Amino acid sequence: MSVPTSADLKDVGGIVGFTDIDAPEPELLKACVHCGMCLSSCPTYRITGQEMSSPRGRLWLMSAVSQGRLSIDDPLFQEQMYQCLNCRACEAVCPSGVQYGPLVEAARYQIEQRLDRPAKQRIARKVMLDWTFSDMRKMGAVAKMTSLYQTTGLQKVARKSGVLKLLGLSDMEKMAPATRGKSLKPGTEAWTAAEPVRAASLFNGCIMGTAFGDTNRAACRVMARNGANVDIPECQGCCGALQVHSGMFDTARDMARANIDAFEAEPDRPIVVTAAGCGSTLKEYGHLLKDDPDYADRAHDFAGRVKDFSEYVAAENRSTPGPVRRKITYQDACHLAHAQRITAQPRTLLKSIPDLEFVEMRESSLCCGSAGIYNILRPEMARKLGERKVNHIIETGATEVITANPGCAIQIATLLREAGSDIKVTHIADFMDEAYANGEPGAGI
Amino acid sequence: MAQYAYERSRTIHRFDSDMISSPLISSLERAVGAANVFGDSSDLLVYEYDGSVDAAVETSKPAAVVLPQTVEQVAEVVRIARTNNLPIVPRGAGTGLSGGSVAQSGGIVVALTRMAQILDVDYDNRIALVEPGVINLELSDWVKPGGYFFAPDPSSQRACTIGGNVAENSGGPHCLKYGVTTNHILGLEVVDPDGKVRWIGGKGEEQAGYDLTGVFVGSEGMLGIVTKALVRLTPKPETISVQLAAFPTVEGASLAVSRVIGAGILPAALEMMDNLTIQAVEPAFHAGYPMDAGAVLLVETDGVTEDVEDTAREIERICFETGATLVRQAITEAERDLLWKGRKMAIAAMGRLAPSYYLHDTVVPRTKLPQTLSQVDEISKDFDLPIANVFHAGDGNLHPLMLFDRMNKTDIEKVVGASKELIEYCVSIGGALSGEHGIGTEKRDYMTLVYTGEDLAAMAGIKQAFDPNGVMNPEKLFPKGYMCGEVRAHYNAALAQKYGIYPL
Ligand SMILES: Cc1cc2nc3c(=O)[nH]c(=O)nc-3n(C[C@H](O)[C@H](O)[C@H](O)COP(=O)(O)OP(=O)(O)OC[C@H]3O[C@@H](n4cnc5c(N)ncnc54)[C@H](O)[C@@H]3O)c2cc1C
Repeated sequence: MSVPTSADLKDVGGIVGFTDIDAPEPELLKACVHCGMCLSSCPTYRITGQEMSSPRGRLWLMSAVSQGRLSIDDPLFQEQMYQCLNCRACEAVCPSGVQYGPLVEAARYQIEQRLDRPAKQRIARKVMLDWTFSDMRKMGAVAKMTSLYQTTGLQKVARKSGVLKLLGLSDMEKMAPATRGKSLKPGTEAWTAAEPVRAASLFNGCIMGTAFGDTNRAACRVMARNGANVDIPECQGCCGALQVHSGMFDTARDMARANIDAFEAEPDRPIVVTAAGCGSTLKEYGHLLKDDPDYADRAHDFAGRVKDFSEYVAAENRSTPGPVRRKITYQDACHLAHAQRITAQPRTLLKSIPDLEFVEMRESSLCCGSAGIYNILRPEMARKLGERKVNHIIETGATEVITANPGCAIQIATLLREAGSDIKVTHIADFMDEAYANGEPGAGI
Repeated sequence: MAQYAYERSRTIHRFDSDMISSPLISSLERAVGAANVFGDSSDLLVYEYDGSVDAAVETSKPAAVVLPQTVEQVAEVVRIARTNNLPIVPRGAGTGLSGGSVAQSGGIVVALTRMAQILDVDYDNRIALVEPGVINLELSDWVKPGGYFFAPDPSSQRACTIGGNVAENSGGPHCLKYGVTTNHILGLEVVDPDGKVRWIGGKGEEQAGYDLTGVFVGSEGMLGIVTKALVRLTPKPETISVQLAAFPTVEGASLAVSRVIGAGILPAALEMMDNLTIQAVEPAFHAGYPMDAGAVLLVETDGVTEDVEDTAREIERICFETGATLVRQAITEAERDLLWKGRKMAIAAMGRLAPSYYLHDTVVPRTKLPQTLSQVDEISKDFDLPIANVFHAGDGNLHPLMLFDRMNKTDIEKVVGASKELIEYCVSIGGALSGEHGIGTEKRDYMTLVYTGEDLAAMAGIKQAFDPNGVMNPEKLFPKGYMCGEVRAHYNAALAQKYGIYPL
């Protein structure tokens, strides 16, 4: 057998194994010089120790498909494109600036175009992606049902009966969000600052707005305390992150266009986001719609306005929080730390709180395994990562762990509970809201 | 001369996956478990490369990859390979830059990435026992709370393994003061090419007899597989200062390097980056290097607080004397990390300036740095080939990076021509081929530039003593064709040259 070398491959070029729409771009693929600096930051490589589960390995496989050396139908290729959590830790450490996220998303799009998935997974994905997330009313209904389900005894019965296991949904059921407060509907509530210096808009999101309505309210209060009048423009919807990550670009583009329309009335207002996963997707609308002549420029402008909650508040910095006497640790959400490179701001905010004891955990920026709906589709890998994360959290001796993404919060809370720990999981907006409230005159702390 | 009877040794041929019988895969699976064996051609694709530059090392697929989890499994795999007369290629993280873990003759790749436990840390004796797959930086992070670190710090430290470091005798910026890997390895557990498990070296500082650990460190995976390493831990200094000094020219910076060392100062690290490097790094990492500087130096000093301050002032004075336009000092960990980040990312960041780069690793006497750098500049002009310089200035270890496009034939010719000229020049002024990246397949054919037939025969003798059948990582280090019958001829020629005789 003669082994092709890089020398004889260079003539192949082009995108032999991919179809030409939304294929991983050969130019982007070429940027990888296979130095291997990404390996240790990749969660799936850390768990498996095998090269195919590393970013470098996956990029090599994508190149092999595009050069015609590997079939797009090869089980290894498909397994690896979906085993990836798309946490983008590799991007943050890549010296050559390889844009891994868009590449793996394009590879998934290519696979989606041709493949049939086992029925069970397909249904779960359809329900989750096409049905629930793309329609806010349904999301609300699901959230209500989950909440009802959790507060009534129904949950116990269902768990005991093993029905869920039979359906392969037991982990999915465990992951259903523990809701926080009434859902928040766009256009129905607004906040005014005591001394307003600007106006800002909140991106409500699907899970955040429905299951974590109170967290979004807390975020708005914190923004108001920092000098902003805050509104939540009507007609906005889900950001489409899960669709983008799964390569379902067509649905995602529709959702992006709707959001761009919704926020265009007030083009000068920053768009503040409380979920790391949404933030990174919104910031990449420019890339998603780059080939849409009507929306390319508008998507670019929209993306430029998007700010993560902690990024926004740390920059405004117009108010001083009051003391909180607890020991906490902070978990870097992948789509905040890696995709948006925001690691300093949340720490700055937390460290500005008097009396707070802040301890770093080991491997804070290694994915907790939540990764959108990854923990539902691939419970085994997700669990290994989640348990690793939870061990690091417990090791710190903190009584509370702060994060900035609902997915991480749910995953970590579930596994902490399983480990028999009573460490609380709190969104940074809720935590800052509490600290600011303690700073009010007469707060009595 | 019976021990040099190389006629016994066999030529190693290619062993590809289609030559691997399924009984062989089954016996590998029995040895390490099916989940730890890869034999499918698509799986093997991702084990055909390492960190080496495209034009320098050809990719090559192994016939099978095994990922053992215990030393017994490693030994069993080696025995299976021996029974079947298959070559064995040890592999760590695959960040090597000389093709060391690429299976040039096919055979079995033994990847140690699933043996990655830190087994024991003994702060009283300042040692740790680790498995070979432990990542370099993670060992340092692990012992940081105890106030220690593992001193060898290659720029790839966030990814490369201790096993790889041992095999390549890796260095890094801090090796100027603390020494390279070999100074930090006390003992090794190895599986020899017969599949026997052996301990060499040990806790004691001084061992009687031959220093086998010293022989093993830097042996490029050609003498056996490291399965445990007993490493030295270094106490963290009380204070660390990093100074950034910017110079209008590379010559000015080189002069500062000579003067600093000449003044009897031993910095913990002393690194140089030229303008082209700054252009690649600064926009990406915002380390704070002035974009218009001809060169910047990073000088790290560590030790007791007062001494560090005094030394830093002295360094500052020397830098200004030699023409520095700016000297800035970083004390806090965050500031220091930022200055270092640019340097650590520099090599791979070259991907931002050109589609491909070719990295050299030559060493020249420190006093000859200025003339060598002008020579590099000459070569760059002669061949019309951009060359960036980022290197361990303190110990004269250059890393000229040639920037080119691998898709372009004339570019490749330029790189080949310029490389030859560069290496010949460095060797002619008393330099060495490789400071830390190893020879592998990449530089094997340059070995005759530096070593006589007699030197090479002596090295071959060591190889022969450990691995008489030549199964361990073949086609590395020795010039092409060397390890077959030719060795004897080389050896005879060397003796003939020296004594005018032909031993029989
Ligand atoms: C961006 C970049 C920067 C780098 N900077 C530096 C630097 O500053 N200094 C430096 O010295 N190097 C540097 N390197 C080179 C490389 O990282 C080192 O040589 C490193 O030690 C290789 O470790 P690895 O685990 O990746 O080994 P691999 O690449 O997998 O293997 C390297 C060699 O070690 C052998 N080997 C691996 N494990 C074992 C084992 N357990 N037993 C026996 N043999 C084994 C292999 O057979 C091979 O010959 C750099 C590389 C890159 C890509």
